[in-house]
Amino acid sequence: MRIALAEDVVLLREGLAGLLDRFGHRVVASVGDGEALIAAVAGDRPDIVVADVRMPPGFGDEGLRAALTLRACHPGLAVLVLSQYVEQTYAAELLDSGGGAGIGYLLKDRIGDVREFVDAVERVAAGHTVVDPEVVRQLLSRRRGPLSRLTPREREVLGLVAEGRSNAAIARVLVVTEAAVSKHIAAILTKLDLPPAADDHRRVLAVLAYLRGQADPPYGVRSGDRTRP
Amino acid sequence: MLARTALAAMTRGPAAFLRSSWPWRSLAYLLCSAVHAVAACAAIYAAYAYGTGVAALAVVIALAVLALPAAAFERWRLRLVDRAPAGNPHAEPPRPGPRAWLATRIHEQATWRDLGFAVVAVSVMWWMDIGLVSSALWLPLLLMSGPFQPGMTPSQGLPLLVAGVLLLPLFAYLMAAWAGTRALVTRAVLAPGDAEIIRSRARLVDAFEAERRRIERDLHDGAQQRLVSLSMKIGLARLDVPPGSPVEARLAEAHEEARHALAELRELIRGVHPQVLTDRGLGAAVGDVAGRSAVPVDVDVSLPGRLPRAVEVTAFYVVSEALANIAKHSGARRGFVRGRVRDGALVLEIGDDGVGGADPAGTGLAGLADRVAVTDGMMTLSSPAGGPTSLRVEIPCQVCG
Repeated sequence: MRIALAEDVVLLREGLAGLLDRFGHRVVASVGDGEALIAAVAGDRPDIVVADVRMPPGFGDEGLRAALTLRACHPGLAVLVLSQYVEQTYAAELLDSGGGAGIGYLLKDRIGDVREFVDAVERVAAGHTVVDPEVVRQLLSRRRGPLSRLTPREREVLGLVAEGRSNAAIARVLVVTEAAVSKHIAAILTKLDLPPAADDHRRVLAVLAYLRGQADPPYGVRSGDRTRP
Repeated sequence: MLARTALAAMTRGPAAFLRSSWPWRSLAYLLCSAVHAVAACAAIYAAYAYGTGVAALAVVIALAVLALPAAAFERWRLRLVDRAPAGNPHAEPPRPGPRAWLATRIHEQATWRDLGFAVVAVSVMWWMDIGLVSSALWLPLLLMSGPFQPGMTPSQGLPLLVAGVLLLPLFAYLMAAWAGTRALVTRAVLAPGDAEIIRSRARLVDAFEAERRRIERDLHDGAQQRLVSLSMKIGLARLDVPPGSPVEARLAEAHEEARHALAELRELIRGVHPQVLTDRGLGAAVGDVAGRSAVPVDVDVSLPGRLPRAVEVTAFYVVSEALANIAKHSGARRGFVRGRVRDGALVLEIGDDGVGGADPAGTGLAGLADRVAVTDGMMTLSSPAGGPTSLRVEIPCQVCG
């Protein structure tokens, strides 16, 4: 795959490039801020953009904003955003961009689990949705309504589905057969009143939408406009 | 309705001011001067009955004995029109006993200020206070009594009644203005230094906040990135050693340690300064902190946009502390956070359905109250034994619409 990297810390940027290179991917652009990233993508469209949230000049959420801008200008461009802290707000903004397909949002720590990390990059590039377990844990922590009807095992499976894992991957994590996983998932979808989806990806989005609906109160948290006073 | 003082309340919209308790508080404040009126009348009566010499002696003795309690009464009275409590300017005597007490009092400036103020209050201020109240109420009341006067037909009396009612708001303003001004003078004389304490506290909080931001930046750009890089290098090294070998086991342990270190550092940094607050404002930050709470929390924060930095930071601090308290002490099954902007103030309510009995003097809540006081805001806590607990914080915010 052809990858564009945006990360302001040189140490990490080079480390990431080396890591992806090792797994046979090609880093075609390696930049240190949001504007350079947008320019790089416009010049030479990569298969996937991997960007840090926090970058110069303001060290706020420039990377995330650049990612959202890219999603708006290049529909279908896969974007994986890395963050030192996962925030539901950021996850929600990313998932709302381009229908949530080809989007990833992971804690930076996950880079250490080299294989899983590269696997996540590949899945996002293939148009899947990957959400950090930490975000999913926060979403699941609101025990309300139908969620409370799930057995502990089913909650565990639901969490893994929400992270964007396939049945095969879930079966590997829980050390059960794929058939057992399918059965759990069917039970969960019934309990939560979600349509059964044959396609992994649509299922992930339905589950995430469901969890976020749980997460947001009916009146919604308005973050207001983004003008600084 | 939130304002720290009656004078500040007058700058709000007329409807908000007249509906609030401030006009009544101002009235009560001024009526407290009846105490001075009684004292002054007693002195005048003594002069008539026993001659001026005896009366003068009685006045001097009364002043010497009562000046300090009178000043304490004045400081207490301030609460009616100024929510910030007045500090006590008197020093503690070094030793117990009346002699040490007297020596301390005679040598401190505050005592003489108290005495001077008592003289002014008894000789001049009380008749201004009582006079203003009576004259302010006399005209509207007289007009409103129109229809009940003998020889008035209802058609003549009714316009007078209406005029009287229309005049009342004007007098509410007059009373609040004088009560507020009198309170300012009182505070300046009897509790000097209060304003300076509040100002210097605010400066400290600002400096502290800037320092937290700097620490967060340094940790994020330094230690955190290095740890991520370390974790990545260990991960790559694990790919190069044969699976199941002793070296691989050691590397796996090291990898696990690095992961734990990262997780701990992350929580620490988040506590120091929440980046999402800077980027996305109070609503988003409260949503995120509530999402991480051990007790499920319903969030209902609806704001007109970004608030001034100082307000956001204080409000976020209040919410995080309150949610931490709920998780630690309340035994609650659910909590809630509500936030709105009303009448130029941010109003936050945080509560739970737990066991109640929260102690407002406890370090956590006292710290919150101090933090809120710096912004001229106020905090009220309701936590009966058996619950539910609710904490209400109001932070003034002039530009919040």
